[in-house]
Amino acid sequence: MNTSFSRRLINTPCLIWSAIFIVVPLFIVLYYTFSDGNGGFTLQNIYELRLYKDVFVTSVIYALIATLICLILSYPFSYFLTKISVNSQKMTILLVMLPMWMNLLIKTYSWTVILDNNGVLNRILNLLGFESVKFMGTPAAVILGMVYDFIPYMILPIYTTISKIDNSLLEAASDLGSNAFSKLRRVVLPLSIPGVLSGITMVFVPSISTFYISQKLGNGMILLVGDIIETQFKIPNYPLGAAMSLVLMIFIIISIAVMNKFGDTDKGGIMI
Amino acid sequence: MIGENIVELKNISVSFDGEQILNGLNLDIKDKEFITFLGPSGCGKTTTLRLIAGFLEPDEGDIIFENQRINDVPAYKRQVNTIFQRYALFPHLNVYENIAFGLRVKKMKDKEIKEKVEEMLELVNLKGLGNRSIDTLSGGQQQRVAIARAIANRPKVLLLDEPLAALDLKLRKDMQKELKKIQQQLGITFVFVTHDQEEALTMSDRVIVMDDGKIQQIGTPQDIYNEPKNAFVADFIGESNILDGKMLKDFYVEFSGNKFDCLDKGFEKNELVDVVVRPEDVDIVPEDKGQLTGIVTSVAFLGVHYEIIVDIGGFKWMIQTTDEHFVDDKVGLYIEPDAIHIMKKSEYSGLYGDYSTYSEEMYEMNEINELAEEEAQ
Repeated sequence: MNTSFSRRLINTPCLIWSAIFIVVPLFIVLYYTFSDGNGGFTLQNIYELRLYKDVFVTSVIYALIATLICLILSYPFSYFLTKISVNSQKMTILLVMLPMWMNLLIKTYSWTVILDNNGVLNRILNLLGFESVKFMGTPAAVILGMVYDFIPYMILPIYTTISKIDNSLLEAASDLGSNAFSKLRRVVLPLSIPGVLSGITMVFVPSISTFYISQKLGNGMILLVGDIIETQFKIPNYPLGAAMSLVLMIFIIISIAVMNKFGDTDKGGIMI
Repeated sequence: MIGENIVELKNISVSFDGEQILNGLNLDIKDKEFITFLGPSGCGKTTTLRLIAGFLEPDEGDIIFENQRINDVPAYKRQVNTIFQRYALFPHLNVYENIAFGLRVKKMKDKEIKEKVEEMLELVNLKGLGNRSIDTLSGGQQQRVAIARAIANRPKVLLLDEPLAALDLKLRKDMQKELKKIQQQLGITFVFVTHDQEEALTMSDRVIVMDDGKIQQIGTPQDIYNEPKNAFVADFIGESNILDGKMLKDFYVEFSGNKFDCLDKGFEKNELVDVVVRPEDVDIVPEDKGQLTGIVTSVAFLGVHYEIIVDIGGFKWMIQTTDEHFVDDKVGLYIEPDAIHIMKKSEYSGLYGDYSTYSEEMYEMNEINELAEEEAQ
């Protein structure tokens, strides 16, 4: 009885917290999604979403490209990172994590200073005798922003799983005739799948729902779901904004579920 | 049946962080033999194994495999396979795929792989378990998978790094027999590493006793036990009473205040020596008939025999006998000439005391207690 009381004492604040800040907002989103603005029930908001089909598709494509680039850059980086001395590894990981502690808005804004028509990059190009290039407002700039902001979330889980692979497994593979490439393919890759999957989830989810990056680096030329949702809540058109959020949320939940199904998360991956 | 040299280690030295691990090691391993590195932890036995496997390069010296220097040959190109201490089975592969690993790397055809894996499963008594995942297996079964995986490649030399250390006593004994059987059946050279002297004696054709990065003695199990070269070997292999003695002339030695006939010769006149007498070679006789006399200070019943500690002039002898004696009995000891083994003095002389304690650790603890008591007074 004593333990159950103390357990309740610990659990209760936590439950109340989750109820107020997670469950209640979810219900508010649900309510607005099916509300016509005057308290009546309607499916009109969901129906209206078809007009924004292209935006959803664009968002998914941008997020997929950003995730893929993060993966291509992070995997070799993490793999070779595990090969250097432990102290250098710690230092490098610290450097990777450093930008994570900086505000996303500030990081993104700094890129505008670099990429602007009169920005740092163009000035360097001019100095070298090249014409200015218009970076801002291009898809590349938006994807660059996503990759830059979210790549630590790809590196960390991949690095963690690779560095946790028991060295004797690698020795066993060499012993059985594997050269470096075959070791990578037959042992390191399969054993690091959980890290790759959680990395993919952790980059894909914020990429698909971002709005600030596309606004700043896309100069308003590139519209993603996040931007539309933000606009709806500014107008304000709560029901449509809520409907979009709900669909986005369902989309994210599905992608996480798919990722979970692929990999055993208890084998070293980090899951959100 | 045991043939030519297959592996030769020539003047090998290895050090890590300034610490000398192996020091001028020379060794020939013969084809088809079962050879065991035996020694306490940190003696360099595993390092030697890793050198042969190719996980480590020597600072100095040559590793020769079938008359070719292989210092620069990477591990994956060597015709040796290893059974690792904690098996190092691939957790993402099932039993079948673990065993097939080396064959797949060699790009063997699926059909051949299947035949080979089935053959291996049968050899190690794991028939029908091919689809099991590694973490559903018991320790003994994992051990068998590790063996099958290593020998599926038909290596010329199989390296075994304390493979039985994690198994319980009975299973370990079964696996000892089985490994020996597999070795004879396949005709592969086995290089075995262990700190368990009984394991080394029962399985090996030859035993290499190592300590402090150096080979102390190489020989058959019988040689090692009956003719230890120095006090370290005598103490490490089996139980020994090691006494300071003086070789008066050939076949005649003095120790513990008495003179004994023995079978050893070739020492200087009056040369100081170490004398080894195994506890099972001492007869307990009535006090007046003994060459030495003493008082029983402890008796332990071990099932097959009693282990009796006899204090003779302050030196505690261990004697194993099937006759019962009691504490405080006055007894005589009789030692046959062939029970006495004489060794030259070495750096290990005097390091191994009498049987006041069995382990060095206990000895040190007693020292500390005595010091504390002295201080208290």
